[in-house]
Amino acid sequence: MHTFKLNGQAVSVDVEDDMPLLWVLRDELGHTGTKFGCGIAACGACTVHMDGAAVRSCVMPVVAAAGKDIRTIENKDDPILARLQAAWVAHQVPQCGYCQSGMLMAATALLRSNPQPTDADIDAAMTNICRCGTYQRVRAAIHSAKVPA
Amino acid sequence: MKAVVSRRQFLITGAALSGGLLVGCGKPTAADRLGEGLPVDAGEVALNGWVKIAPDGTVTVAVPRSEMGQGVLTALPMLLVEELGARWEDVRVEQAPVARIYANVAMLLNVVPFTSDDDSMLARVARASVQRLGYVLSLQVTGGSASVRDAWEPMRLAGATARAMLVQVAATRWGVAPANCRVEAGQVIHGQTGAKLGFGELVKDAAALSPPADVPFKDLAQYKLIGKPIARTDIPAKVNGAAVFGVDVRVKDMVYAAIAQPPVFGAQIASVDDAAARQRRGVIKVLQIPQGVVVVADSWWRAKQALAEVKISYATTAHDKVSSADIARQFKAELAANKGFAYGSKGDAEGALKQATKVIEATYWAPFLAHSAMEPINCVAQVQAGKVEVWCATQSPSLAKWKAAQVADVDMDQVTLHVPYLGGGFGRRLEIDMVEQAVAIALQLDGKPVKLLWTREEDMQHDVYRPAALSEFRAAVDAKGRVTAWTNRVAAPSITYDSVRRLLPLAAANTPDKNQIEGAFDIPYAFDSIDVRQVRPETHVPVGSWRSVGHSYNAFFTESFVDELAHAAGQDPHAYRRSLLGAHPRHQAVLDLAASKAGWGKPLPKGRARGIALHESFGSICAQVAEVSVADGQVKVHRVVCAIDCGVVVNPDTVEAQMQGSIVYGLSAALFGEITVANGRVEQSNFPSYDALHLAQMPVVETHIVPSTAAPGGVGEPGTPPIAPAVTNAVYALTKQRIRSLPIRLEHAQ
Repeated sequence: MHTFKLNGQAVSVDVEDDMPLLWVLRDELGHTGTKFGCGIAACGACTVHMDGAAVRSCVMPVVAAAGKDIRTIENKDDPILARLQAAWVAHQVPQCGYCQSGMLMAATALLRSNPQPTDADIDAAMTNICRCGTYQRVRAAIHSAKVPA
Repeated sequence: MKAVVSRRQFLITGAALSGGLLVGCGKPTAADRLGEGLPVDAGEVALNGWVKIAPDGTVTVAVPRSEMGQGVLTALPMLLVEELGARWEDVRVEQAPVARIYANVAMLLNVVPFTSDDDSMLARVARASVQRLGYVLSLQVTGGSASVRDAWEPMRLAGATARAMLVQVAATRWGVAPANCRVEAGQVIHGQTGAKLGFGELVKDAAALSPPADVPFKDLAQYKLIGKPIARTDIPAKVNGAAVFGVDVRVKDMVYAAIAQPPVFGAQIASVDDAAARQRRGVIKVLQIPQGVVVVADSWWRAKQALAEVKISYATTAHDKVSSADIARQFKAELAANKGFAYGSKGDAEGALKQATKVIEATYWAPFLAHSAMEPINCVAQVQAGKVEVWCATQSPSLAKWKAAQVADVDMDQVTLHVPYLGGGFGRRLEIDMVEQAVAIALQLDGKPVKLLWTREEDMQHDVYRPAALSEFRAAVDAKGRVTAWTNRVAAPSITYDSVRRLLPLAAANTPDKNQIEGAFDIPYAFDSIDVRQVRPETHVPVGSWRSVGHSYNAFFTESFVDELAHAAGQDPHAYRRSLLGAHPRHQAVLDLAASKAGWGKPLPKGRARGIALHESFGSICAQVAEVSVADGQVKVHRVVCAIDCGVVVNPDTVEAQMQGSIVYGLSAALFGEITVANGRVEQSNFPSYDALHLAQMPVVETHIVPSTAAPGGVGEPGTPPIAPAVTNAVYALTKQRIRSLPIRLEHAQ
């Protein structure tokens, strides 16, 4: 049995230690906002927060999440995420939308650790793949959601 | 909301068909496609096959196209609501069922082998005939950048007709002439008295009227929605995890399936040892379907882990040793042995080549490409008591239903299909292989619903690939430096042949295919003579539609070779193109707009250069200027200025997004994209070996739209073809290296 906090609620799952957190979230707990893209931590579609840091849940065994604070795109208590979500709508960022949960979680972690990112900071932090090509709007939306200096 | 096709609708379309619509080959009119009904919830009333209205005035628009990020769930309702006169805030959107009125008849215009400006009787008959064919076949498909082009008349007519019916009811109630009433914000208003009635109060009586004929459309100048950057209806759910993509579908008691398909395309399974796999936790069944070995488990991860323990051997095939080099040699040999089928010819090119002062020759190559949409291929299916239910993020709902019925051996009306959001399509989801597989698996599960999901590796190694292509150019130049002949022969496998072979093996024939030569035979440049030919090699690598299809490589070939001719003539590449476009003012205007916005001819910082390219596809004309530098042997694209003439613009924000997206898709391919074959199988398996552009590599894209009152062109694809040649032409300007093979590989580090 593995117990962790998911978006503020304690959850327990009886699964193998090595089942990736992604599949625990999606298939065991029904939180499908976090997406499967590559399975090898290359694309970032599965990005969630573990104790506030962005992690790629497709390669994160659930045993490593035990006792941690896991936050996903469904999380409603993160003011930075909420601000970014509003910016995403204002800038009409998503196209197909499949990668956007991961994009938003990566951007939220970026703004939490660096409230005033430069373009170079955004380049370095936002390594998620978007095949639709929303990058220009992702960048603009992050800039617009920065905390005023 | 239930997406169920009404029995009535089928009867209507069936009767229409037998009633003689098949006679003749005229294009189906918008009125033919008005339809009479939609599945309704309590209180709702449908006024035709496209719109229904609830008593509270809520307007629901049925959209028969699939949302894959191109904004179709917004653009199509805009067309209808513009004419209807409802408030945009009152509009809801739902996926239309499968029915003939929703066939994408405009998409088939892409297969007509005439240039877009050809207005000959033959060209017109061909265009009308293929549209009739799409209608008769009920091809309900999202593709070919055709959604707006197809819906332009039927959906505006559906709105205008519904509006006229609502006005008629209000006028009758008031005892006034309809002409003295106007529609505003979901209400009919009587001019003199100011009396008002909401659509919701009128709709029940309106439905009893016959749809009037000859309802006029609004003038462009009156538009309140069309041409405005309306916020997309699907975006709010795509920022909070609520949007349901195919892979997110969850059905009660659902089980999960992972599949291993033969690594060599077409190989047969020889033996399967599943003893170890069946012992694993959660495994329900190990089974075979014609396409591979499947493990079904209570979680997808468990199914995938167990599948890795199944020992599978495959029978040998004739292709077990085939490599990319073999395929390239094959194309070259077939081009040498075969003159090819002539698509575009004008004048005496061979004669001009004989008399030329100079002949310029060049050979170009483009590789196979995978689609790699972010959402790996998947499908949910359930077969129970002779009924089939399928949830599939598909671009081809009508084919998906047909295939599900065929595999389960039931009538099509026993199949219910749901189309959730598509996590990228790009042409990959025109295929229905995932439906075929999921239904075949479900048939072996005693009524349990099953979610089939491919790994990224399966997705990349079992795609239908953008064909590899080889192009051989010759240009005759006379003593004055004029090009007197342009010849181009392109060897590329036919995707029409391959697609039909997958659907109806007995009906397939490798005949001339416009898909593989589009953008090569229909060039806008005024050379004295032109001869463009096609050769169609067959390989064992499956091929399919990849964003912009044949244009994706033919634009690279053609716009690169035009650039070569400009440099050979010692002319500026923009001025040179311009000089050959006298007969094409729209092309010229687009080219000039891109050049002027990009500052063509103005100095750049040291180490940077610009390249330009122009290409017409899917009814739109697009020009791009790329600004590049080279560092550590890698090309960096800093800025792309994109100009497009896509006729009347429905949603300019979507056009801009589609230009950005098309450029990223084409740039990913130009910089990194290459699927190679070794020992009969695809070598790449996931993103590091088949990379995509990342945010840090994203150029600044500036989009400029040419104002136009012409009928709409496509926007999903026309931005992709010009980017590769715009970049490689810039690389030439900077380094004097002519890139004739993609992806770009510089010969030596700069």
